[in-house]
Amino acid sequence: MSIPLSWYLILAATLFCIGLYGVLSRKNAIAILLGVELMLNAVNVNLVAFWRYLNPAEMAGQAFAVIVFAVAAAEVAVGLALIISVYRRQKTVVADEIDLMKW
Amino acid sequence: MSAEQILFILVGVVILGSALMVVTTRKLIHAALWLVVTLFGVAVLFTLLRANFLAVIQVVVYIGAIAILFIFAVMLTRREQMEKGRQTRPNWWIPALLGALILTGLVVLILNLPGAERTALALPEGLDPVRALGSALVSPKAYVLPFEVASVLMLAALVGAVYVATVDKK
Repeated sequence: MSIPLSWYLILAATLFCIGLYGVLSRKNAIAILLGVELMLNAVNVNLVAFWRYLNPAEMAGQAFAVIVFAVAAAEVAVGLALIISVYRRQKTVVADEIDLMKW
Repeated sequence: MSAEQILFILVGVVILGSALMVVTTRKLIHAALWLVVTLFGVAVLFTLLRANFLAVIQVVVYIGAIAILFIFAVMLTRREQMEKGRQTRPNWWIPALLGALILTGLVVLILNLPGAERTALALPEGLDPVRALGSALVSPKAYVLPFEVASVLMLAALVGAVYVATVDKK
């Protein structure tokens, strides 16, 4: 007996919700980005599981997972650069205290 | 229960446990290290799904680059806020409730999904997933356009990150 599709989907949903909790509840901007990474990974698990279970001859699921990898790398690079830049000017990484553009 | 199912459950427990540590642990450097464990678990899942190339990319790009970037960012911004006081908002129960609600909804949806109990299809005869993925990414009939857009995005992110993080000397 092999693994039913629903196991993967439920695991990915749980991982996504844990990431969502992290994004919404953390104060530190870097910790918020860590939560975003968890959510992107949950999406990737779903994409690859659907590729394997629905249509392994088409590479759509894996191709989109590769695009998600690229977007995640870009997002982390820019996000961390912004956080480090803000830290240099404001001496803080707490998301609530970063209010330069708040009127 | 087959060996595959037992392996899945073990990996799933590791993934979810370390993900919970990522969002709850107080020391940020520990959160980044727990993220490495989660990412490694997801790589094992990719191997279980026979997406071997993605498993390798997961280890190389996610663990090798992204997680290390996180650890560097934690070290560069360490002194001020870390480790003293609480790391979560005072009203942390609202996100927790929201997450639990969304999770319940998703699980109900998944369990009622037609075909949720299906098992994996056999890989087609003679299909080499790595070769197929490679040609799908550069074939004009498949995904060459998203692939090129992703590379432009990467370039823009690279230039942007260098520009934003540079120290401006006045």
